[in-house]
Amino acid sequence: MPDPVQATGESPNKSSEPRRADGRHFMRFTRAQRYLHAALFSSFLGLAATGLPLRFSESVWARGLATAVGGFGAILFFHKFCALVLTLAFLIHVKDLVTRALVHREKGIFWGPTSMVANWKDVKDLFGHLRWFVGLGPKPQFDRYAYWEKFDYWAVFWGMVVIGFSGYAMWFAPFFARFLPGWALNAVLVIHSEEGLLAILFIFSIHFVNTHLRPDSFPMDMVIFTGVESEEEFKTKRPKEYQRLASQGKLEARVAEEPGIWQINFSKVVGYTAITIGLVLLALTLSAYFRE
Amino acid sequence: MKTVSSIALALLAFGGGLLVVGAPGAARAETDCLSCHGDKALQDASGQSVGVDAHTFAASLHGNLKCGECHITIKEYPHPDQVTPVKCEGCHADKAADLAGSVHSVKAEHPCTSCHGDAHAIFPKSDPRSAVYPLNIPRTCGACHGNDAMAKKHGLPNVYALYIDSIHGFALSKEGLLVAANCQSCHGSHHILSHKDPQSPTYKANIPQTCGSCHAGITADYMSGVHGKAVAAGNLKAPVCTDCHTAHAILQPTAAAFRMQSTPICGSCHKEKLATYRDTFHSQLGALGGYVETARCWDCHGAHQILPASDPRSPIAKANLVVTCGKCHAGANASFVQYQPHANARNRKLNPALYFVRLFMNLLLAGTLTFFVIHTILWLIRSRYDQIKRKAAEGGKHA
Repeated sequence: MPDPVQATGESPNKSSEPRRADGRHFMRFTRAQRYLHAALFSSFLGLAATGLPLRFSESVWARGLATAVGGFGAILFFHKFCALVLTLAFLIHVKDLVTRALVHREKGIFWGPTSMVANWKDVKDLFGHLRWFVGLGPKPQFDRYAYWEKFDYWAVFWGMVVIGFSGYAMWFAPFFARFLPGWALNAVLVIHSEEGLLAILFIFSIHFVNTHLRPDSFPMDMVIFTGVESEEEFKTKRPKEYQRLASQGKLEARVAEEPGIWQINFSKVVGYTAITIGLVLLALTLSAYFRE
Repeated sequence: MKTVSSIALALLAFGGGLLVVGAPGAARAETDCLSCHGDKALQDASGQSVGVDAHTFAASLHGNLKCGECHITIKEYPHPDQVTPVKCEGCHADKAADLAGSVHSVKAEHPCTSCHGDAHAIFPKSDPRSAVYPLNIPRTCGACHGNDAMAKKHGLPNVYALYIDSIHGFALSKEGLLVAANCQSCHGSHHILSHKDPQSPTYKANIPQTCGSCHAGITADYMSGVHGKAVAAGNLKAPVCTDCHTAHAILQPTAAAFRMQSTPICGSCHKEKLATYRDTFHSQLGALGGYVETARCWDCHGAHQILPASDPRSPIAKANLVVTCGKCHAGANASFVQYQPHANARNRKLNPALYFVRLFMNLLLAGTLTFFVIHTILWLIRSRYDQIKRKAAEGGKHA
């Protein structure tokens, strides 16, 4: 990425910015992965913001929003637009997985330390982590993807399939009615609305805190925006992966340029905006849910 | 001074009388009386106007009457200062009897002139100059029934404002339609009764016939539906026209405001149906304003001729569902119409599949969130504890 600040400030010590003593940075997410995450969270925020007024249509804020944008016609239009964006992002991801698995014969995507598929270590890590929470054991050494990150991934994956299918079943109800039983048309709304609510509550509380707001990452884990993290962060958060790469001599291949100031600032603006929108929606959801 | 001016006026009136002598009405008016009362500014001792516009009176409905035919106690000139008021019932005994039995029976508060206006300018009700001409009636009644103080005193709603903004009010005031319902179309005129009186056209059981005097086709539909039959059988809990449309503030049924307000009205009796309707997409979208329409009660059930699903004429009869749903859902088929617009996901017996889907989704939601909320809170506490310890250790080193 061409960056003037980066080009002139090769040595971190020369920079006037207070930088970490250790200047090495490592690549965690590729540009494609970051863009996919951006498409995912942008469309998800849009879907949440336009889906919640329908779910809680009796609430004051839902009616206020509907009036402000010209009725639910506009809300539904935007909801469907975001749904198409997310569907596209999902299909690109699936296509990428299929290519990696079938064309490149990448075994690592199904098993091994870099796979998203859960393994025995994840079970041990979960219990180890819980023991560490209450002071009954050491902190588990996580590899590339920790168990809660894998859960996030599969929750979103399952959520997109379930919410997407039920959403399209409502959108094209007469078509889906050709092969679905009558009661399924009733069920899809229940599924869509409950699963959507779960996704909203989970992402805006659990994912936000686990990934961004917990003390080790507070106020935001920049790695999903910049793609790189410092050596120190890498070592403390994913010691197993760091050691594995170091022992295999593959660490050097992962060294990346430190993100530029503009990149960090841009990431902050985008990230804080997303988190703020999410927290506002969470507050509205909870207020409407408990008033129901 | 007064006598001088009176003589001058008498002369003037006499001259005027000579000028209009050709007009037959004016010829019958008594110039003797008009020599004084022809002065429109003439007032009695209490300050009340006793002037008569001879010209208007001559053209009025009573223009062929002589003064003494109404003012029967005045036999000679000059007459005493105090004269007994005119009794309209002398001729209009039937109207007076109607009025005496009505809500307007207190005569001091409701003299004939309070509705008919100036006693010397009474025109037939088909004449636009009449206070009881159809297009003038709302204003005439509104003089009292648009008055907040009066409405409050008698415990009545201020109906004039409601009526004038209604579909009937617009038809009358904006379109100028003589056929538009005005106050007396529903309430009658002299024999107005409280809506609690079974004789009143506004008594609940009589409303369908009252509205039906104009909306005959609708009333026929209504009477053949479940609500009409129930009312005819004496069940006054069943809705009549005004329960859904209101009495005075009647809106165009396609108006967003009407579509928004009417579903809860049906639901005020059909509580369980409203609750299950609220769970559906139809309701969720509909609650967000009437910009794009989703099905409301009457879109499926019909509005006036409401029939049970067991009746083959009903739009919700099984054989008619494809057509009924197809009004909005192009491509609706036999499978599509198995959708239950009043499914109850909380009722295991009625909707078992839906019940278990909802149960599963709720358990998934509650389970996932419960586990991760506990997990995250413990994690937060532990991380913060470690962080503080680490900072303290670092601080200690530097000190």
